[in-house]
Amino acid sequence: MNFLALIGRVVLAFLGHIGRLTLFTGTALSHCVRPPIYPRLIGRQMIDIGYYSLPVVGLTAIFSGMVLALQSYTGFARFAAGSENAVANVVVVSLTRELGPVLAGLMVAGRIGASMAAEIGTMRVTEQLDALTTLSTNPYKYLVVPRLIAGTLMLPLLVFIADIIGIFGGFVVSVYKLGFNPAAYISNTYDFMQPLDVISGLVKAGVFGFIIALMGCYSGYHSKGGAQGVGAATTNAVVSSSILILTFNYIITELFFGT
Amino acid sequence: MNSTENTVPKISLKDVKKSFGAKRVLDGVTLDIAKGESVVVIGGSGTGKSVLIKSIIGILLADSGIIKVDGEDVTQVQASARESVNRKFGMLFQGAALFDSLPVWENVAFGLMQRERMSRKHAKERAIETLAKVGLSAEVGELAPSELSGGMQKRVGLARAIAGEPEIIFFDEPTTGLDPIMADVINDLIISCVKQQGITALSITHDMHSARKIADRVTMLYEGKLIWDGAAADVDRSGNPYVEQFVHGSAEGPIKMQVRR
Ligand SMILES: Nc1ncnc2c1ncn2[C@@H]1O[C@H](COP(=O)(O)OP(=O)(O)OP(=O)(O)O)[C@@H](O)[C@H]1O
Ligand SMILES: [Mg+2]
Repeated sequence: MNFLALIGRVVLAFLGHIGRLTLFTGTALSHCVRPPIYPRLIGRQMIDIGYYSLPVVGLTAIFSGMVLALQSYTGFARFAAGSENAVANVVVVSLTRELGPVLAGLMVAGRIGASMAAEIGTMRVTEQLDALTTLSTNPYKYLVVPRLIAGTLMLPLLVFIADIIGIFGGFVVSVYKLGFNPAAYISNTYDFMQPLDVISGLVKAGVFGFIIALMGCYSGYHSKGGAQGVGAATTNAVVSSSILILTFNYIITELFFGT
Repeated sequence: MNSTENTVPKISLKDVKKSFGAKRVLDGVTLDIAKGESVVVIGGSGTGKSVLIKSIIGILLADSGIIKVDGEDVTQVQASARESVNRKFGMLFQGAALFDSLPVWENVAFGLMQRERMSRKHAKERAIETLAKVGLSAEVGELAPSELSGGMQKRVGLARAIAGEPEIIFFDEPTTGLDPIMADVINDLIISCVKQQGITALSITHDMHSARKIADRVTMLYEGKLIWDGAAADVDRSGNPYVEQFVHGSAEGPIKMQVRR
């Protein structure tokens, strides 16, 4: 009996979360299209999300590209000789379709989602959100909307740069370690690069950026109970946005490439 | 006396109730505050004074009862209209609640820039003027809130509350954490807001000296109800044992502190 009660409680809590999140998303979106908007704040968030995430995302991308080239070469060498074309193909397809958006998304979730949750959570527990309201400033407009817009716009840009850096990483390993012909590698890369692959990756990135900002803001906004509550909000933001990123990664892949 | 200006109270609470879970904090609060009047709420720690103010400004939603501002029932207004109601309010939070991502002057100028769309330059001038009123220099305006002492933060909070020249100001313990001299400067500032600018003020304080000075009327919150309401001059001869105990700060009396010895 106790066990059933426990299950019931967990399910109710989960449904409560879904409800609150849906409400939060709806409110935030409705504020996206109603003035006033704060270009200054959007700009600051864009710099925070886009520019300051570049080193992390760039490093992730270059090593992913390098390891992809190395792995696919050693992997393919077991089956067939002359796997040079295949290496360039694997690098470009897996980076643009999958690894670019997913890895960048996860890295940015750790960096930006966590800091959004911590910042807004601290504002919540120190009554700064209440102070905003009494100064006739809507916290959704002032805090959430700029982050959502910046996240949705900047992640595709980051992923685009990550794609380039990653492909370059693959090129470096292929040419300097595996001894491929550079010109042939580049022309192979061009041949295998499909616009749809890149576009699907950028669409994913936009969705992931939205998810990261949404979960960061949502967790912070609903945090309670001092430092511990803010800590929990931060963890929650990173974990939930990571899971949602992986889930939506599958869904979007299915939409683009599923038969 | 038949002009509505004089008969409609600025703030009117009727039977306001608020609970947190099973814990009843406000248990039927009824209070009218006239325009330009300064009312002080006294009461023990944790009796719900801050909750009372937060319910009026809509940060907390009262469970039942009617809260009217200028005759308009604010418990019924839509979220969008709420912003225009909030325009009438200035609020000093008990914990100051300064925006720590903004420098001090932007905190003070926040309402001016957001509500009144004042330019940054103008707003900054006004912020520095307002900071001077609470005894803070223009250099303090450039600091971050985290670089200030508790009392300085409180004064910045005060400056932020009055900068927009609202119609109604709520002061949650304006003099707590200030030295006696600065406390008196703040008292005078509050008096000048009310007397000269005709602002309506609802303050919370534990400082009886301050209460006597700034209040036209004093009311005491005890166990969720306002158990006494009278002119500030009468607090010392209220004839109410609860008020007397509070005013004299005595451990002996009808109010029992929940402590173990
Ligand atoms: N958000 C909240 N959630 C749950 N309980 C709360 C909340 N806010 C206040 N309370 C409870 O309501 C009661 C009244 O709190 P309030 O802050 O109004 O006290 P107060 O009269 O302002 O005290 P003090 O003079 O110490 O500031 C307290 O017992 C507190 O535990
Ligand atoms: Mg209080």
